[in-house]
Amino acid sequence: MATGVQRNLITPEQTGEHQVQQRQLRGAQAVRVRGLTRRFGEREVLKDLDLDIAPGEFVALLGASGCGKSTLLRILANLDREISGTVDVAARRAVAFQAPRLMPWKKVWHNVVLGLPGRQDRTKAIAALEEVGIGHRADVWPKVLSGGEAQRASLARALVREPDLLLLDEPFAALDALTRIKAQSLVAELWQRHRCAVLLVTHDVEEAVLLADRVLVMKDGVLAHEETIAMSRPRNVASAQFGRIRANLLGWLGVHQPH
Amino acid sequence: MTDDIAVINTAFGQVAASNTGAIGTGARRQGILRERIKPVSVSTKGVPRWLRRASGPVLVVLAWHLASVTGLLPKEVLAGPATVFSSAANLIATGELQQAMWVSLMRALVGLAIGGSVGVTLALCAGLFRLGEDLIDATVQMLRTVPNVALIPLLIIWFGIGEAPKIALIALGTAFPLYLNVYAGIRNVDSTLIEAGRTLGLSRAALIWHVILPGALPNALVGLRYSLGIAWLALVFGEQINATAGIGYLMANAREFFQTDVIVVCLVVYALLGLAVDFTVRTLEKVLLSWRPAFSGT
Repeated sequence: MATGVQRNLITPEQTGEHQVQQRQLRGAQAVRVRGLTRRFGEREVLKDLDLDIAPGEFVALLGASGCGKSTLLRILANLDREISGTVDVAARRAVAFQAPRLMPWKKVWHNVVLGLPGRQDRTKAIAALEEVGIGHRADVWPKVLSGGEAQRASLARALVREPDLLLLDEPFAALDALTRIKAQSLVAELWQRHRCAVLLVTHDVEEAVLLADRVLVMKDGVLAHEETIAMSRPRNVASAQFGRIRANLLGWLGVHQPH
Repeated sequence: MTDDIAVINTAFGQVAASNTGAIGTGARRQGILRERIKPVSVSTKGVPRWLRRASGPVLVVLAWHLASVTGLLPKEVLAGPATVFSSAANLIATGELQQAMWVSLMRALVGLAIGGSVGVTLALCAGLFRLGEDLIDATVQMLRTVPNVALIPLLIIWFGIGEAPKIALIALGTAFPLYLNVYAGIRNVDSTLIEAGRTLGLSRAALIWHVILPGALPNALVGLRYSLGIAWLALVFGEQINATAGIGYLMANAREFFQTDVIVVCLVVYALLGLAVDFTVRTLEKVLLSWRPAFSGT
C-alpha cells in the first residue's frame, strides 16, 4: 500500500473500531479525496484528483468510457489500492455494480444478508427485498430473476447494510429502457428514505440530471466540470431547464446538439 | 407498365439493363416470389423415439444369439447370450457374484476415498494459497504424466500382492483428476463475484466458504466423474494382481477354464457398476448444482 493513504476499512475484527470511525465521520464528509493519482503503467488514469461528498448528498459522475470514473469508484470501494494520495471513505458503504453479481449458488434472500454479522436474518432480508419490490422472489435462485429483478436484489443487498455511502457503478446500463426508468425512480425513492450519500457512476446524462444533487464530469482523469442541480424533485425531463442542463453537460462531454 | 416488368424481373433475379432505373425510384414491388414454410408436424408419426433407439442394441444381441445358435460363433470364442444369462443366474444363485461385486466395489470406493482426499486436499492448498501453488502444483503436474498402470511392478514390490497394491493403484489414479479439476475450479471462480464478496465485507475465510468453494463445486464434480472412471479402470488392472476375491478373481478363474460366459458376465458387471456409480454422481450434481443457469434437468 502506498504511503500517506488513510483508509477506513471494514474488516470483521475491526468492528468495534469501525463504530468509532463512523461516529467521527458523521458531520464530516462521507468521502474526502485529496491528490489521488492512479497509474496503469505509464498512463495516469486519475490525476491529482480531489473530491468531497457530503453525508446524504447524491453525486453523479459522468464521463465517456475509459475516462477513469469506474477506477475512481473501485478505489472508493477499496477494490483497488495501488494508489497515491489521501482517500477517506465512510466505513459503512455498499456497492451495486453494473452486473448484479449475485452469488448464483445462494437463494436470493441469502444473497441479501451475505456478509452481515451474526446469523442469517431472514426477516431482515425479506424486508429489504420488499422495499425494492421483490419480496416474493426471496426463495428462488438468482438464475430465475429477470435482469431488473436481479438489479433490485443487488440494491437490496446494498441497502440492507444501512450504508453511509452507496456506490453505484452504472447500475442501470444493462437494463432495457422501460426497466431502467422504473429502477431510476426506485433509486430516487430509496435515497429519499435512507438519506445515504450516493456516488452514481454513469454515462447517461439524463439519468445524472434526473437523480443527482451535483453532477461531476470527468475527462482525462480529472474532474473537468461540476454542475449543481437546483431543480426540485421529482424532476421533469421535458422541462426547459432540464434541457438546458443536459445540453450543457453534453457539451462538456463533447457532444454538441443542434438548438 | 415498364415498372411492372422491372419488378417482376428482379423478383426472378434478372435485372434487365433497360429497367434498372426503375428499381431505385421507390416503386412498390408487386408479385414477389414467395414460398410457403411447411410446418413440421408436432407429433412424429410412427415408432416412438425410445423404441427406435432401443432397436439397435436389441438387434446386436439378436445377431449374437443367432450366430452362436448356428455355430458360427464357437463357444470357446464367445458364449452366446443364452449361456451368459444362465451362468449369471447360476453365479447369483450361489452368491458368488454378489460376493465378488461387493469386494470389488469396496476396493474401488476405499481407493477413491484415499486418492480423492489426497487430491482434494492438495488442490485446496495449491488453489487457495500462493505458497501451496508454488510447492505443490509443479510436482503434481510432473507426477501425473506417469501412467499409473506402469507403477504396478513398483507397487507390488512396495506393498506385496495383497489388497494394498490394488487400493494404492486406484488411489493413485483417482487423486490426479480430482486435483486438476478442483484446482482449476478454484482458480476459475468468477473474479467479479470475489470482488462483490469483498465489498460485502466477507473475511478471507468467509470468502472461501461462501464464494470460492461453491464456485469450484461444478468442476470438482467433473473431477469426481473422471476419478470414478479411472477408479474402475485401475480396479480392472489391479485385480489382475493375484486376486483371491472380487470380479477380477472370478475372471481369472474363468480364463483358466475357458469359461467365456463367466468372463462376459464379469464384463457386464463391470459396466453395470460403472453405470451405477455414474448415476450416483449425476444425482449428486442434480442436487448440488440446481442453482446453475446451465442446468437443464429437473
